[in-house]
Amino acid sequence: MEPNDLYYWEGPLPETQAPASAPEAWGETKVVGKPVVRIDAYDRVSGSAVYPSDVVLPDMLHAAILWCPHAHAKVTKVDTSAAEKMPGVRAILKDGVAGTNIPWFATSGGFSSRLFDTHCRMEGEEVAAVAADTIYQAWDAVRAITVEYEVLPHAVTFDDAMKDGAPQIREGGNKVPTPNPYQRGDVEAAFKTADVVVERTFTTGTELHSPMELHGCVVKWDGPRLTVWESSQGVYAPQGTIARALRIPLANIRVIGHYMGGGFGAKLDTGKYSVMAALLARKTGRPVRLFRTREQTALTMGNRPGTTIWVKAAAKKDGTLVALETKTTGSGGAYSANGTGAVDYVFRELYTCPNVRCQNQSAFINAGPERPFRAPGHPQGAWALEQIMDELAAKLKLDPIEFRLKHVPVFSQSRNGNPPYTSTGLTACLTEGAAAFGWKEARARAPQPGHLKRGVGVAAGIWQGGGGSPPSTAIVKLFGDGSANLNMGASDIGCGTKTWGAQIVAEELGVPIERISVEHADTGTTQFATPSGGSKTVPTEAPAIRAAAVEVKQQLFAMAAEQLKVAATDLALQGNEVVSKTEGTKKVALPQIQALGRRGLLVGVGYRGLNPQGKAINPFSVHFAEVEVNTKTGEIKVLRFGAAHDSGRPLNLKMYANQVVGGITMGVGLGLTEIRVMDGRQRGKVLTTSLHDYKLPTALDAPADVSVLPIDPHDTECNSTGAKGIGEPATIPAAAAIANAVFHAIGVRLPDAPMSPARVVAAIAGAQASAKGQKRG
Amino acid sequence: MAHDHQKDGTPPAGVSRRGFLTSVGSGAIGVAAVAGLSPAAPAEAAAPATLPAGDTSPVTFTVNGRLQKVLVEPRWSLLYVLRDGLGLSGTKVGCERGECGACTVLVDGKARYACMMLAVEADGHEITTVEGLMRGEDLGPVQQAFAEEDAFQCGYCTPGQVMAAEGLLRVNASPTLDEIRQGMAGNICRCGAYAHIFKAVDKAAAFKREGR
Repeated sequence: MEPNDLYYWEGPLPETQAPASAPEAWGETKVVGKPVVRIDAYDRVSGSAVYPSDVVLPDMLHAAILWCPHAHAKVTKVDTSAAEKMPGVRAILKDGVAGTNIPWFATSGGFSSRLFDTHCRMEGEEVAAVAADTIYQAWDAVRAITVEYEVLPHAVTFDDAMKDGAPQIREGGNKVPTPNPYQRGDVEAAFKTADVVVERTFTTGTELHSPMELHGCVVKWDGPRLTVWESSQGVYAPQGTIARALRIPLANIRVIGHYMGGGFGAKLDTGKYSVMAALLARKTGRPVRLFRTREQTALTMGNRPGTTIWVKAAAKKDGTLVALETKTTGSGGAYSANGTGAVDYVFRELYTCPNVRCQNQSAFINAGPERPFRAPGHPQGAWALEQIMDELAAKLKLDPIEFRLKHVPVFSQSRNGNPPYTSTGLTACLTEGAAAFGWKEARARAPQPGHLKRGVGVAAGIWQGGGGSPPSTAIVKLFGDGSANLNMGASDIGCGTKTWGAQIVAEELGVPIERISVEHADTGTTQFATPSGGSKTVPTEAPAIRAAAVEVKQQLFAMAAEQLKVAATDLALQGNEVVSKTEGTKKVALPQIQALGRRGLLVGVGYRGLNPQGKAINPFSVHFAEVEVNTKTGEIKVLRFGAAHDSGRPLNLKMYANQVVGGITMGVGLGLTEIRVMDGRQRGKVLTTSLHDYKLPTALDAPADVSVLPIDPHDTECNSTGAKGIGEPATIPAAAAIANAVFHAIGVRLPDAPMSPARVVAAIAGAQASAKGQKRG
Repeated sequence: MAHDHQKDGTPPAGVSRRGFLTSVGSGAIGVAAVAGLSPAAPAEAAAPATLPAGDTSPVTFTVNGRLQKVLVEPRWSLLYVLRDGLGLSGTKVGCERGECGACTVLVDGKARYACMMLAVEADGHEITTVEGLMRGEDLGPVQQAFAEEDAFQCGYCTPGQVMAAEGLLRVNASPTLDEIRQGMAGNICRCGAYAHIFKAVDKAAAFKREGR
């Protein structure tokens, strides 16, 4: 993947015109970076924030979807006659109803199915949709619809889908066409001459995004114009998808996404439900609310593919890593061709290594499609790489941090032309992070007697994105009273986009944060933006916002210069006053600038410039975990975490730390609790569609003691704000750090995630049995 | 779940009386409400009689200090009535089966999942939602602590978290970290802001002890 590729965007990214000026890098900042309370904290804690699922419109109908209960089936008959006569039922959609023959496309994999496809390739496939006066009536009607299915043989694992005679899930076959393996150097030769070689197979479970707000929308037609309140990570993506499906002009679709209750990648894509809601609304002439249920969300709204990763790694006695080889298999479900994509990125990039070979193979299976999930592929790859690095370090009798420090890269080893990184904070993350965590002391602690064993582990990560790129256009308006408004298209999916945006405006214009409002995430009123995801919102939008504010400042200085009779270049902002740098007595407060008062409003438009040519921009992270393992029950307690991150300049320390805290919680999920379980042998159904069965980390699982150390390399090249993304780097190494801590605690390697109590107990028993066997032998 | 049954074509409108009584359990209020609900379908009917969808019964409860008299279908959850009946959308829908805690409210001062309580069960009780913690336009102490500690990201689970914390602090004014974790264990935050939530609950306890 090249720096400007956005993995969830089909085709080339739109361009943005060049910015008018290139502001100098910030030195010390007054507002940017400070732990400012979010500008929308009040809305979110008071209950006044209106999320899409909260939208109520006059005369609104409520819709529900009937879904296929089989892993693989053909719909042979759908009888809606009884449902149509039920009280409150206003419209029913199914295959064959006029206007529903709409092709659907997967983000990765091209044409996938029709809106109501009679070939159901997974449990949860939509069969019919009902709109009624109340949601209870809609579900009554769904239950009254009779569907006849021809149940087909299923394959819900990679191995089953690749077998001879496996049921055909996609017309082109179950095997996803695979690009040539990534390769540099000669791994075979390196393995032959290496002093230490380790080899192991790791697995990770399929994880479900499980956002707290379900997927869904509220839609309303006004003649030819459609308004959609969508729980989405970006408003322009659903606008495009719905326009294509309904064949209506982009200008006639307004998508609003002021609030949304979590996405983690699952809400980058647009679901069929939005088109179904629009069709139901058009048919009835009434607004429609359509939200998927928790079960439907678990079945069809995306996942992080489980993977099987075979790794072979080799080093020389002097501690030099010489070869890494991986073979990865997995599945992106019934529709996504990606599956194992990006799992190998950490192997290719994180450490200097001359010989690397990585091969990924995916298959289509009868299960819900993958969607990008917070650092797609990377946490799985780090799970394997960082454990194998730990094993190598142990064999070399090197401290795991020392071993990693020998292999910090300064340029991208797998991108074309090996561009240097604009900054590599990995060394500082390892050394300063270790000092802050008390690594040496904790690592050297004597083993404890008894069944409660403590251990500490370390793991690192690199994220393939996090540098941002065009397109982005932002507008800053300065009102006559010196208050300001920021207008941008990006969604605030919980990372605080609105707040750090306002902080940048405050920094440049000296306007107090309480006097800044933000208008965002609305295709009707704000600028084009790609969805918020991939840790690219900060490095993409922040420079455009800064450019817009600088644009306003220049106009303001021109006005003040005229009034103060000094040169515009002699002016600076102090608080909300424009002051002459040479004659301090010459100054004017913003509201007293007469020309601004006459104009009423200054408008600055900012554009995102191109990234530096021939450079790679990537965030780095290192996590330190301390755990306690109960060797009798197999339970693992995560006691504390230290996290050192090079994501460039933090724009808001409070929200930056929060991202890291959340990323670690998700790592606890991958490492300890989360796995989608399917009944592959019998019916191919998903057994973990509830949050009782699919175990998200709770307040009892997540560490309370998390200490976050931002490493700011003062990157003046990446963009005008020096900030890189933090969202995905925050989760990449977390699970692997826990796994390495578990090994340190009990001396047994747990290669399979999640490390459930049953697996831990079995691994300990297995190690004891083999130790006994060796003694006897 | 999706259904491919009903081969006889009978639409199962509403809930069966038998099923409904079972789900109400020992709730005397619920039984009384049903008994007075549908004279057309006597309780002693042998076949599993079905209540027609749309039949409603009157329920009276207090929400955020205001007496509310509403007509509800016996199958409606308290969550549904709060949101779609009374327009109190601060209480969120996450799973509708007692797994996530997004709909946590106080019933007679105790934290409860509003999705797991039928509206008829709330008859005669006192309900507090996140809107009820506001002091005019100002945030209440728990809300203020959540804002200051950045104890949320997307904010969707937050009203439920705030109500769980409020419920905890009403029975334990100075909880330890362990007690905070136990008290908040029924509320999932997928953004994973737990470490900040623990700090916010601790700060909220301090605010309350200071009399804020």
